[in-house]
Amino acid sequence: MKCPFTRDLQMEKSPTPASIVQFDNIRKTYRMGLVVVEALRGVSLGIVAGEYVSIMGPSGCGKSTMLNLLGCLDRPSSGRYLLGSEDVSEMDDDALSAVRGARLGFIFQSYNLIQQLTVVENIEVPLYYQNRPEEESRTLAAEYAERVGLGNRLNHKPFELSGGQQQRVAIARALVNDPLVILADEPTGNLDSASGVEILKIFDELHQQGKTIILVTHDESVSRHTRRAIRLRDGQVESDVRS
Amino acid sequence: MSDTPLHFSASPRAAHGSALTRLNRAVRLGVKSLWLHKLRSLLTVLGIVFGVCSVIAMLAIGEGASYEAQETIKNLGSQNIILRSVKPPEEQKVSDKGSQSYVLQYGLTYTDIKRIKSTIPGVTVVVPGRIMREYVWNISRRVDSEIMGTVPWYPQMRNHHVATGRFFTEAEMEDKANVCVLGAGMVKALFPLESPLGKDVRIGGDYYEVIGVMEPVGKAAQHTEAAQDSARDAAERMFIPLETAKTRYGEILRKVRSGSFEQERVELHEVTVKVEKLEQVVSVSEAIKQLMERNHKRKDYDIDVPLEKLRQAERTKQIFNIVLGSIAAISLLVGGIGIMNIMLASVTERTREIGIRRALGAKRRDIITQFLVETVMLSGAGGVMGVLLGVTIPWFVTHFAGMRTIITLWSPMVAFSISAIVGIVFGIYPATRAAQMDPVEALRHE
Repeated sequence: MKCPFTRDLQMEKSPTPASIVQFDNIRKTYRMGLVVVEALRGVSLGIVAGEYVSIMGPSGCGKSTMLNLLGCLDRPSSGRYLLGSEDVSEMDDDALSAVRGARLGFIFQSYNLIQQLTVVENIEVPLYYQNRPEEESRTLAAEYAERVGLGNRLNHKPFELSGGQQQRVAIARALVNDPLVILADEPTGNLDSASGVEILKIFDELHQQGKTIILVTHDESVSRHTRRAIRLRDGQVESDVRS
Repeated sequence: MSDTPLHFSASPRAAHGSALTRLNRAVRLGVKSLWLHKLRSLLTVLGIVFGVCSVIAMLAIGEGASYEAQETIKNLGSQNIILRSVKPPEEQKVSDKGSQSYVLQYGLTYTDIKRIKSTIPGVTVVVPGRIMREYVWNISRRVDSEIMGTVPWYPQMRNHHVATGRFFTEAEMEDKANVCVLGAGMVKALFPLESPLGKDVRIGGDYYEVIGVMEPVGKAAQHTEAAQDSARDAAERMFIPLETAKTRYGEILRKVRSGSFEQERVELHEVTVKVEKLEQVVSVSEAIKQLMERNHKRKDYDIDVPLEKLRQAERTKQIFNIVLGSIAAISLLVGGIGIMNIMLASVTERTREIGIRRALGAKRRDIITQFLVETVMLSGAGGVMGVLLGVTIPWFVTHFAGMRTIITLWSPMVAFSISAIVGIVFGIYPATRAAQMDPVEALRHE
C-alpha cells in the first residue's frame, strides 16, 4: 500500500512479490459466428494487497471481459493469471468455483440477491458452498449484516428493501468469506446519488481497513474515490494512474 | 477432484460438513423453493399422485378378486378331481316330451368308480355322491333343497367342514341310519329360533335326525361368478349317508312337474377323486378323461380339475399384472414428463439465481444436487400422496361396493420407489442443463 513510487505497471514484466492479482499478457478472443472478436489483447498488470483500483473505459473496451476474468468466471484464451499464489488460468471448472467461493467477493450493479432468501440467508450463500457449519455461518452472516447497518433487517426479503439497502446486503455477502479481492461491477449504477454516495463511503472504509477492491465503472466521479485508475481501450491498457 | 493445490488460508474450517449434512441442507433449500410455488408444485406432482394411487388401488382390487377366485378353487381341493353327471343335451329334448314309460339313464356309475380305482395308480380316496332334489320339512316350514347322499369322509375331502354337531359316521352309513347334516343356508329357514341339533326334519315320508350343521361356504366364494352357483347350492345342501340315500330313493328319480312326469336313472351324481400327489393331478385327470371316454358313449359327465382352474387363475392374474404394470408405467412416465417440463421451466426462470450461486462458489455438482433434490422431492412427495390416496381408495371400495381388496405390502413400496426413480430419471436432464450454464451468461440473464 505504501508504495513510494508510481510506475507504469504495463512496463513491468516480472511479478512484484507483493501483488495478489497478476495478469501476464492476458488475451481473450470470442468467436461470434464467423467473426472472431479480440476482447483483450495482451493485458498485463499487477495489483498489490490493499489497493483500491478502478477499471474504466468506454463500452466495448473489454471491461466486462476483464471483470469476468478477474472474477474467475471465465478463462483467458492465453496468458497467465495469478491470484494470490495460484495460477488460475488453467484451472478446471470445479477448482475455479472453489477459488470464487474462497478468494473473491462479488458486488454487482443489479445487486443480484436471491429473491426467495432473506437478508441473512443471502449473506450466508458463499459460506454454504464452503460447507461451513451452519451456526457459524449464521452468526457470521448476522455479524456482517450488522456491519453494513442492516442488523434489524435480518429476516427481510430483498424486495422489502431499498436499492441502497440491497446493495449493502450484497457488500456484506462479498465480505463474509473474507476474500482476497473484492470485485465491484458498477456498484452505484442502479442507485440514486445519495445511496451511491453511501455505498462509496462503505468502500472507502473497507479500503481503510486494508481490503483490496477492484471497481469497474464508467463513472468518473466514482473512479475519483479510488487510489488508482486503469483505463482500457480496445482491449489494452491505455493508462494506469495512481493518485 | 482436481489435484490443483488449493490452500484455503482464508477459511481454515472449509470442507467441513459430511455428505449427509450437505444433503440435509440441500433438502431444506429445496423445500423452501418448492414451498415458494405451492400451487405449481402441487399441480406438477398430480400426475405422479394419480399414477401411484391408481397402481396401488388397482392392484389391491385385482389382488382381492384373484384371492377370492383362488380361495374358492382351493376349497374344492387342489388335489381333487371332481366328476359330475350331466344330462346330455339331446336327452333333454326326449324327456321334454314326457313319455311316461321312458326312463332316462345317464351319468356316472359305480362301475366307473371301480374302474378308476383299479386301473389308475395314485388315486387314494374316491368320494361318491348322489344328489336328489326334495322339499325338506320341519313341521310347517319347508326348504327346497339338494339332498346329497355321500360318505363320511366327504367334509375333509372337500374342505367343507361341520360347524356344529358332527358329520355321520361309517357305522351310521352301514346301518342306513336316518341322520342328516344340514347346510348352513337351510338352518335359518327351518329352525329360525332353536338349535336344529337333535331335532327331526321330514323328507317325503321319512324323518331324519339332525346331527350337525355345515359351516357356511366362504363369504368370499359368493362374489366370484364362477363359484356362485356351486356356492349357493352348497349352502342349501343337506347331507345324508350314501347307503341311506340308496335305499330310500333307489336309482330312479321321479320328478313331477306341472303336467309332466319324468324319470331319471342316475347312479352317482358326483364323484370326487383324490390324487395322492399334487404333481400327478394332471396326468390322473388325463387318464380319467380317457377312461370315461372309452366307457361312455355320450358325454354325460363333466370333469372338473380345480388345480387346472387354479393354474388358469394364476395365469389370468399374471396377465392382469402385466397390463396393470404397463398402465402404471405409462402414467408414471406421463407424470415424470410433467415434472421434467416444470423443472426445465424452473431452471430457465432461475437462470439468474444459478449464475449468482455459481459466482459465489457453487460447483456444477452443487447446482445438480440442488435441482435433482428438488425433483426427487417433488416426485417423492407425489409418491407419498399417491400411496396415501391409493391405500384409502380400496378401503372405500370395500366399504361401499362390498368388494374384497387386498393391499400387499410390496405394492405401495414398489409404487413409491418407482416414483422416486422417476424423479431421478426426469430430474437429471433439467439439473444438468442448469449446471452446464455458463456463469457469465447466467448472470447476464434477465
